[in-house]
Amino acid sequence: MIIIGELINSTRKDIKKAIEDEDVAYIQDIAKKQEAAGADYIDVNAGMRLHDEIEKLCWLVKIVQEVVNVPLCIDSPNPKAIDAALKIHKGQALVNSITMEKERYDELLPIIVKNNTRIIALCMDETGMPKTAEQRINVAKKLADGLLDAGIKEEDIFFDPLVKPLSVDINFGNEILDSIEALRKEYPNVNITSGLSNISFGLPNRSQINQAFMVMCMVKGMNSAIVDPLNERMMDLIVSSEACLGLDKFCMNYIKRQRAKSS
Amino acid sequence: MSVLEYVKNSVIKGDDEQVVKDVNMAIDMKEDPISIINNGLIAGMNVVGSRFKAEEMFVPEVLMSAQAMAAGVEVVQPLIKEGDITNKGTIVLGTVKGDLHDIGKKLVAIMFDSNGYNVVDIGFDVPAEKFVEAVKEHNAQIVGLSALLTTTMPEMKTVIDTLKGAGLRDKVKVIIGGAPVTEEFSEEIGADGYSPDAGSATQLADRLLA
Repeated sequence: MIIIGELINSTRKDIKKAIEDEDVAYIQDIAKKQEAAGADYIDVNAGMRLHDEIEKLCWLVKIVQEVVNVPLCIDSPNPKAIDAALKIHKGQALVNSITMEKERYDELLPIIVKNNTRIIALCMDETGMPKTAEQRINVAKKLADGLLDAGIKEEDIFFDPLVKPLSVDINFGNEILDSIEALRKEYPNVNITSGLSNISFGLPNRSQINQAFMVMCMVKGMNSAIVDPLNERMMDLIVSSEACLGLDKFCMNYIKRQRAKSS
Repeated sequence: MSVLEYVKNSVIKGDDEQVVKDVNMAIDMKEDPISIINNGLIAGMNVVGSRFKAEEMFVPEVLMSAQAMAAGVEVVQPLIKEGDITNKGTIVLGTVKGDLHDIGKKLVAIMFDSNGYNVVDIGFDVPAEKFVEAVKEHNAQIVGLSALLTTTMPEMKTVIDTLKGAGLRDKVKVIIGGAPVTEEFSEEIGADGYSPDAGSATQLADRLLA
């Protein structure tokens, strides 16, 4: 599993405050903890800073890369902010995210290509959030065609099928599971990721649903997730599930994790 | 327990079949149709609203209760003359341009509907001009803006500016909400108020129109 650590996001109160106060130590500490817990990417988002998002996003990139070795996931819907952040990012970044919405697509694509980044592609277009698995696949196909045409490699594309809350419609979970299955069949080499906690919106004790859903998505072929790597229970489930799915050679990751815990 | 209490409790339970039975029973017992709505159906929905706010009830339960209330209203409606129902005012609700989130706004619509407001829900991804048109067309006292993305929050200011441009800003109260929205932001863009959840949105509106 490719783990994208989600904690450095300005919609979180503590991060918003740390950005306001330019609290370098606080942000760096959270970055380091996520890397140590197994994050393959550290997501950075400064979207709450309406007036100076570009400046703050670049600041996050700079201070986080001072203390971690993993690359960053540059999280902004604003192509200009992404472009500026990529200029100072060292290594191959992951960009979060492109969609089939024309304006965003046209502006962001050349930036991704120029910087040779990996890219999260949300399965949505101008008509809005997809309503069925079929719609998701159609949008995903259009996205894949465009991105591959532009020279982006399959293994650098991360599809995000866009999870909607069960509290609104109990079939939203099945819809995603069907989408992941179909996407995996159609594109064996692309990555499928998700910030899947939206599944539990509006329900009590959300982590229980999130955990069950994570395992189910993995069974269907999701190989990446945007999660809190400091959530031990969730990371335990991910590592155990990988072992059960034959994705962990000689179960070494699983064994290593148990050993690290008992020591 | 009065029959209206039955109606109210069935709404709280979200049992639409039972609500229809209870409402029919209330009608048979010659309860005033307006009272069935106000003291039965809406009273139930008000309890749901406050329990939701207190996190004792959850989104699916609110949606079930709203459905149950609607089923009850459908039974009573034919018995009511136009103008008999109290109307606190008209609110135009929508999620701003570029933003496709619908659920939170729908919950807000349910709360306003069950609190005696005439609700005009103009959907999501709504351009500023559409808000202005709807305010004019429906002669709204309040317009409620929803944004769930930090990128679409600035669009709320665009709506306020467009209302100003159309000379309507003084005639309508602007209230805003959505996960990333704060009181601070509300003041910054010159809205009349901010509400952190669907339950308090109606109280905010009541205060603003008082």
